[in-house]
Amino acid sequence: MSEIKLNMPFDKEELKKLKAGDNVLLSGEMFVFRDAGHKRLFASIEAGRPDIDFSGQTVYFMGPCPAQKGQVMGSCGPTTSCRMDKYTPYMFDHGLAAQIGKGKRSKECIDAFIRNGGVYFAAIGGAGALYSKCVKKVEEICYPDLGTEAIRRITVEDFPVVVAIDSLGGSVYGE
Amino acid sequence: MANIDTKFIAEGIVNCIDKISCEVEPTCAKALIDARDSESNATTRFALDVMCKNIEYARSSHLPVCQDTGMVVVFVRIGQDVKLDGEFLNDAINGAVRKAYAPLRKSVLDPVSRINTKDNTPAVIHTELVKGDKIEVEVMLKGFGSENMSAIYMLNPAQGLETAKDLIVKTIADAASNPCPPVIVGVGLGGTFEKCTEMSKHALFRKIGSSNPDPVLDGLEKELLERINSLGIGAQGFGGQTSALGVFIESYPTHISSLPVAVNVLCHCSRAARFSVTEGGVVYE
Repeated sequence: MSEIKLNMPFDKEELKKLKAGDNVLLSGEMFVFRDAGHKRLFASIEAGRPDIDFSGQTVYFMGPCPAQKGQVMGSCGPTTSCRMDKYTPYMFDHGLAAQIGKGKRSKECIDAFIRNGGVYFAAIGGAGALYSKCVKKVEEICYPDLGTEAIRRITVEDFPVVVAIDSLGGSVYGE
Repeated sequence: MANIDTKFIAEGIVNCIDKISCEVEPTCAKALIDARDSESNATTRFALDVMCKNIEYARSSHLPVCQDTGMVVVFVRIGQDVKLDGEFLNDAINGAVRKAYAPLRKSVLDPVSRINTKDNTPAVIHTELVKGDKIEVEVMLKGFGSENMSAIYMLNPAQGLETAKDLIVKTIADAASNPCPPVIVGVGLGGTFEKCTEMSKHALFRKIGSSNPDPVLDGLEKELLERINSLGIGAQGFGGQTSALGVFIESYPTHISSLPVAVNVLCHCSRAARFSVTEGGVVYE
């Protein structure tokens, strides 16, 4: 199956061309954080002082293993996205370009992807060791006390994903 | 009477965690290769291929196969002719977990404060007294993407086995793409509320392709596996013919008022091992 190569941050017009089921190799920068990182970020948003600017960016739902010898980052496959559904419409309505995770999303999320021309990619759950090979750089951004759940920015090369839900709401999960 | 030092149990657990965090249980790894080779949906076949390559890369490079290195579940069966020497058993087990998790992700925290214990302790430890003069230990690293999709139903007798079967299938259908399918399904039938869930967890130690020694349960397992695979969830929920690699049932007598049914879901990366301990030391399976 042929693969589409895309760079992050995304060109919004390129994102709109993607169709559910497309295989994509991603390169460039993205944020990584999961449950506790979202909870604390939203507390900062509610306080009127957001701790990161995610406009135009991509968020990957992931909490890595510690790096082993010779690794930039340890095993780093996706976690289940639906736990982040409650935060998702707000983030797309405020400029987020794409999310990467695994598993189905709520109707509210899909509506937000359509409304904003956003895309949801599925990484292959369980493939943590292979994904670690794609990570070229890691920056600690905030909340280091959260350990694996801290907010980080990573630079990846040819990171394999599938377009799970496209900007028109087409879904690889059916319906 | 056999005198066994708990340090041997700790040694076995450290070695098992080091191995299985990086090596998927062999019958599970083989079943995934078979699923890939027979899959006709192109996207799903791509996903299965990535999963198989990841398993091989993790094993050959000794890297954690999945970043969720799980919570440790240990079943310890202690022969009643064993006298345990050394450190208290649970302390020895948790000491082993602390040591083995130094290079792994620490995913365990207090449920109220959500503050991480920072060493992946404590393990969930099930001990049972059995006949004999040796100790048998089963270790599993349980990821929670799949654990979260598990369920217990306290059915009434009028609902019966047909409702139980429908709910088992529905639990997997509702979990869909979330637990990293193709999944492995552990089922507890009967007992009390807690006995039922414990059986559903223990059933997950069965080898893929193994038969249930009880012919009635074996038939039930095969029927449920067929029904689950006909759901079309497929690997990663991308559609396809393999939604589960196995359904394994344990049963226990229950009360005249009830039919407890527990469904414990395991992802496609089964990380489980067994060993026994005698006076002579540790023997791995």
